Amino acid sequence: MLGLKKKDLTLLGVVAALVIFAPFILNPFPADSAMAQFNAGYPDLMQRFVIFGIFAIGFNILFGLTGYLSFGHAAFLGVGSYSAVWMFKLLSMNVIPAIILAVIISGLFAMLIGFISLRRSGIYFSILTLAFAQMSFNLAYSVLTPITNGETGLQLTLEDPRVLGETATSSGGIPVTNFFGLEMRATETLNLGGWSFQFNAGYYLCALIMMIAFYISIRIFRSPFGLMLRAVKSNQTRLNYTGLNTRPYTLAAFVISGMYAGLAGGLMASMDPLAGAERMQWTASGEVVLMTILGGAGTLIGPVLGAGFIKYFENIFSKINENVLHQWFHALPDGIETPLVWVAEHFVGSGWHLTLGLLFMLVVTFLPGGLVEGGQRIGRLVRRRGESKKATQSTPAE
Amino acid sequence: MGILEVKNVGKRFGGLQALGDVNLSVAENSVHAIIGPNGAGKSTLLNCLVGKLIPDTGSVMFDGQSVLGRTPYEINQMGISRVFQTPEIFGDLTVMENMMIPCFARRDGSFKLNGIKAVTSEGEIRDKAEAMLKDMNMLEKRHMHSASMSRGDKRRLEIGMCLAQEPRLLLLDEPTAGMARADTNNTIDLLKQIKEERDITIAIIEHDMHVVFSLADRITVLAQGTPLVEDTPDKIKGHPKVREAYLGESAAAA
Ligand SMILES: Nc1ncnc2c1ncn2[C@@H]1O[C@H](COP(=O)(O)OP(=O)(O)O)[C@@H](O)[C@H]1O
Ligand SMILES: [Mg+2]
Repeated sequence: MLGLKKKDLTLLGVVAALVIFAPFILNPFPADSAMAQFNAGYPDLMQRFVIFGIFAIGFNILFGLTGYLSFGHAAFLGVGSYSAVWMFKLLSMNVIPAIILAVIISGLFAMLIGFISLRRSGIYFSILTLAFAQMSFNLAYSVLTPITNGETGLQLTLEDPRVLGETATSSGGIPVTNFFGLEMRATETLNLGGWSFQFNAGYYLCALIMMIAFYISIRIFRSPFGLMLRAVKSNQTRLNYTGLNTRPYTLAAFVISGMYAGLAGGLMASMDPLAGAERMQWTASGEVVLMTILGGAGTLIGPVLGAGFIKYFENIFSKINENVLHQWFHALPDGIETPLVWVAEHFVGSGWHLTLGLLFMLVVTFLPGGLVEGGQRIGRLVRRRGESKKATQSTPAE
Repeated sequence: MGILEVKNVGKRFGGLQALGDVNLSVAENSVHAIIGPNGAGKSTLLNCLVGKLIPDTGSVMFDGQSVLGRTPYEINQMGISRVFQTPEIFGDLTVMENMMIPCFARRDGSFKLNGIKAVTSEGEIRDKAEAMLKDMNMLEKRHMHSASMSRGDKRRLEIGMCLAQEPRLLLLDEPTAGMARADTNNTIDLLKQIKEERDITIAIIEHDMHVVFSLADRITVLAQGTPLVEDTPDKIKGHPKVREAYLGESAAAA
């Protein structure tokens, strides 16, 4: 079905189910319980999960398959966001034209940067992409202020033409983004006992697009083109002596992953119509590298897991503050509680990056294949346990 | 006029004259061996033929066209495939996947394939790759990770990958270097079989005399970057200059 082998189809199905039921899965704790702060089923956060999932899936097509490590992918994300916001300003508040423009512009931009950067490989390639991304950031931050609105960021105003839409709503406000009339912010809340589940239109649109993006990435991985990209990673010398110029292949991969980044940027702007230069910062480029490696570079599902993992913990850890810590360690004697809280508070709130750094180090050291490898190891362990149990059970019968 | 004509090729590395003034003519559908002691410039000569190095002087013509100034992939597209001194294969891929790649890039003009054609003809490509693996006696290893195979099997796979492109000229750089005796014999048998079954010109660099004498139609002896003699294996064996320069003390002792 869909041109996929059974294993890939199962994976696609599992991801689809997780994404559809995310509002339930991410809200396991009743709204007024003490554990509610670990819930992640809010529209805003769920949108970020899938948008960064798209970003990482695209990044993995370049890094996971060809091994070219780009440190500048946030530039394409930023370009996508700016393009989308301009579409909202000039054309209409429908998200579809905005997303299409975001993908096209970021693709063109990726072609330009890729064409130059791919003349080098290894660390030189990474540095070139980093340099281009920082240049783009600086351009957006100051030089190109007429287009990007500089440090304030690009926003919608009541003077925007919106030729196919309306400049202002009848009540005088700025119109909101929509999908052929369905407002992206529209949310249904389902209250079940102590639980409350939120179903947001924007989230489901992003999720649908992520599923399409994921499907395309599976097809690329399994195609002859994907095979060629893996060959690039494995041995460029042999490819050259097989009559193949690797550049068109790597450039195609670069442009595709740039378009994925642009798509993510366009969706971000579609959920919240503003765009700022900080989206292009090198830290943002580094984040997608972390997501991909943490989840498992070169695997299909890895980048999605990595993106979800990082965004979840970012949200949870950065919400915890000193007061929360005191509550948690409240039962301990003061002499222990105070130093414990002092240590722990450096790892939460704005210090959460310290936690991320530690987690990343642990994963890279002990699970070089990322979370996916972790999952596989557990799977193997469970299977072996199951087999040995079966073996001991069958012994008496013999 | 041979399929490969090397004229007055010279190459310096700084102060070292790696190749002096090399002239070489390889006849079509023959096996031509180039022998010589370590550091004689054999690999350097080969690198000048495939575009990895550009000679300082002289010309290299393949089938009437100059190869100089072309990139390795362009030279390969002219019909020259190369086997390396240490096997260059796609270590991260399976044996089957390794074989599929040259099947996509054959000498019939399908190098510029990129997208659509490759997808539509994938089944055909698989068939071709399987047929070649069968020829190489490696079909049962097709799901193996190629990096985990023995040196001899890697070499066999690499040769198969080169043959899958149906090249007109196959270049081999010490194909048996660093191999166990059994693997060496296997490789010799494979090369003999290729010579008999295919219309192909082979230029082989070897250190191991045993390999050369059982395979080659003609032999060129290279020493210190210049060809000493070129002749048939029988004549070379008895040639006094060769005994002196190459077979060295062992010949003198005998
Ligand atoms: N890239 C290079 N740079 C400098 N010297 C080189 C290079 N390649 C080969 N040489 C030198 O050229 C000479 C011939 O080397 P090579 O062609 O590898 O010999 P052979 O393959 O016959 O053993 C050697 O002295 C070697 O050190
Ligand atoms: Mg050599």
